[in-house]
Amino acid sequence: MGGAGFPRPAPPSQNRGTVTQTLDPAPPSPLVGGPRPPGFAVDRAFRVLAVLAGLFVLVVLVSIVFVLFDSAREWISFEGLGSLFSLDWEPVNEKFGAGSLALMTLIVAALALVIAVPISVGIALFVTEIAPRRARLPIVFVIDLLAAIPSVVFGLWMLRQLSQPLADVYADVHGAVAGVPVLGDLLGSPSASGLSIMTAAIVVGIMITPIVTAITREVFATCPLAQKEASLALGATRWEMIRGAIFPHSRSGVVAAVIIGFGRAVGETIAVALVIGASQRLTGNLLAPGDTLASIIANQFGEASGVQRSALIGFGLVLLLLTIIIGIVARSVLRRANRRFGVV
Amino acid sequence: MTSEPAMPPAATAGDTITRVDLTPTQVRPPEVPADPGPVPGREVVFDLSTVEIFYGEARAVTDVDLDIARNEISAFIGPSGCGKTTVLRSLNRMHDLTPGARVAGTITYHGEDLYGPKVDAAEVRRRIGMVFQKPNPFPKSIFDNIAYGPRINGVRKRSELEGIVEQALTRAALWGEVKEKLKSSALSLSGGQAQRLCIARALAVDPDVLLMDEPCSALDPIATARIEDLMEELKETLTIVIVTHNMQQAARVSDRTAFYTAEADDNGRRVGKLVEYDATATIFTKPSDPRTEGYITGRFG
Repeated sequence: MGGAGFPRPAPPSQNRGTVTQTLDPAPPSPLVGGPRPPGFAVDRAFRVLAVLAGLFVLVVLVSIVFVLFDSAREWISFEGLGSLFSLDWEPVNEKFGAGSLALMTLIVAALALVIAVPISVGIALFVTEIAPRRARLPIVFVIDLLAAIPSVVFGLWMLRQLSQPLADVYADVHGAVAGVPVLGDLLGSPSASGLSIMTAAIVVGIMITPIVTAITREVFATCPLAQKEASLALGATRWEMIRGAIFPHSRSGVVAAVIIGFGRAVGETIAVALVIGASQRLTGNLLAPGDTLASIIANQFGEASGVQRSALIGFGLVLLLLTIIIGIVARSVLRRANRRFGVV
Repeated sequence: MTSEPAMPPAATAGDTITRVDLTPTQVRPPEVPADPGPVPGREVVFDLSTVEIFYGEARAVTDVDLDIARNEISAFIGPSGCGKTTVLRSLNRMHDLTPGARVAGTITYHGEDLYGPKVDAAEVRRRIGMVFQKPNPFPKSIFDNIAYGPRINGVRKRSELEGIVEQALTRAALWGEVKEKLKSSALSLSGGQAQRLCIARALAVDPDVLLMDEPCSALDPIATARIEDLMEELKETLTIVIVTHNMQQAARVSDRTAFYTAEADDNGRRVGKLVEYDATATIFTKPSDPRTEGYITGRFG
């Protein structure tokens, strides 16, 4: 447009006294109470809708907490606040502690991360830095497809295909490390069925790999070319460039990916329920069966009644709080990293 | 362009201007001693002959023949799209990173074929450092930025690294400003400081050549003057090739100047080519090609 449509200044009037008369502007309409422009109603409707949508989430969250808490009250008053997290889960003896299940939940999730994070970072680096341009999209597509597989399918696949072969592997591993301090205990005598904490961690690890990969891939891809060139111009090899430019740039993003993966792993239910072996006694032996907060709900809720049922609902509440805490920790980690270096 | 003010900029507190003579007379001084021509015994670092650079099928630059001598500052000037940066980046094999980019012709470095089959690009870049248009410090501490190069070269001892860092920062005229805050993030530095940090980072691996791709285009005139002073000092120990959009900068700092331009080829595509390469005084006072004269007197480009 430029200045073309701009009104030219009127030629200076010869008689200044008549100017106001010839222009004679209509009095401006009042700011309040005048006619509304046509977009006004739509804008207002949109605002109401947006606020309602926002409120909806809040209402759902509050009602979840309220309902869970209400149903779990029986368990909380039965156990008393002090022993809610006791390590004993023995419904027959009226012991409903959440402690051992919460700990095993964390163990499974942590172990799943140990499996998933190196694989995810490797895939992400391969896709962003090493794979030929044409191969990148198909690889990404296949990995994203993995995320679309329903949890129960993963569980069944693990149960039918891998738990027995894994049992043999576990036996060998146990034989190899027997007697070694710490390792010998961690990889203790395996369950004959192959159903164990380790098996659950493997399946959860596979399941969280796509999301962790997707986030790390995006973080790696945002590393500015200038950073990579700075590194390479100093004589860095490709790996040195990855370590020197991409990792520092991506540090907090990868931490976020790890924490999001952790959150998913903690809540994973049906696949874990199928392969973990359902033993509620806390064990440090990763090759033995266990149970998690989520999987015990899936496995026992149908037959539970009374305090036990109330306790299982309470576990749901614990799970919810756990994931919220993880989310808060994730945010604070990110904020701290941002403060230090000002990068994502 | 920020580095071509009409008047010398006022000095602000804390800045010392050792030399700001940005007057246009610099471009065409009244009397210039005749170009001494190539000095006998001039040691050639780079020798480019019939160099052509392609991006995929498209030819970006053609017909580049020039040699760059040791302890000289060579400036590449020319209008946008003339291929001067493309040629610069071929000197430390940065094009290896661009899919489809290809260098034809021969480029030798101290007599060795830079693109020879046994030459390792990382090793090339350890000897031929580069400073980029936009300062690009790593999101790390100042110390770790400088120590990055030595570390990938296997220097592990803290005391040794500290020595290298101090020396590199001193050579880049930044030590006094940052010695108290080596542990703070390099991203907290000003634009001019960040660019000197990047120069220091390049110097820390003790390169033989420093390639500078419009190193001052993002800087104010004071920071520009400091970098130019620095180049003058570094020339004693290094060979410098600088790409610049600023002709006056080329006139001020360089010993030799290469003028590139872009011309349409038979298919109508614009291809960069080297027009003239000579002693800077010659290029700016009596260029032999009318295109060079047209550019430096501002008639085109």
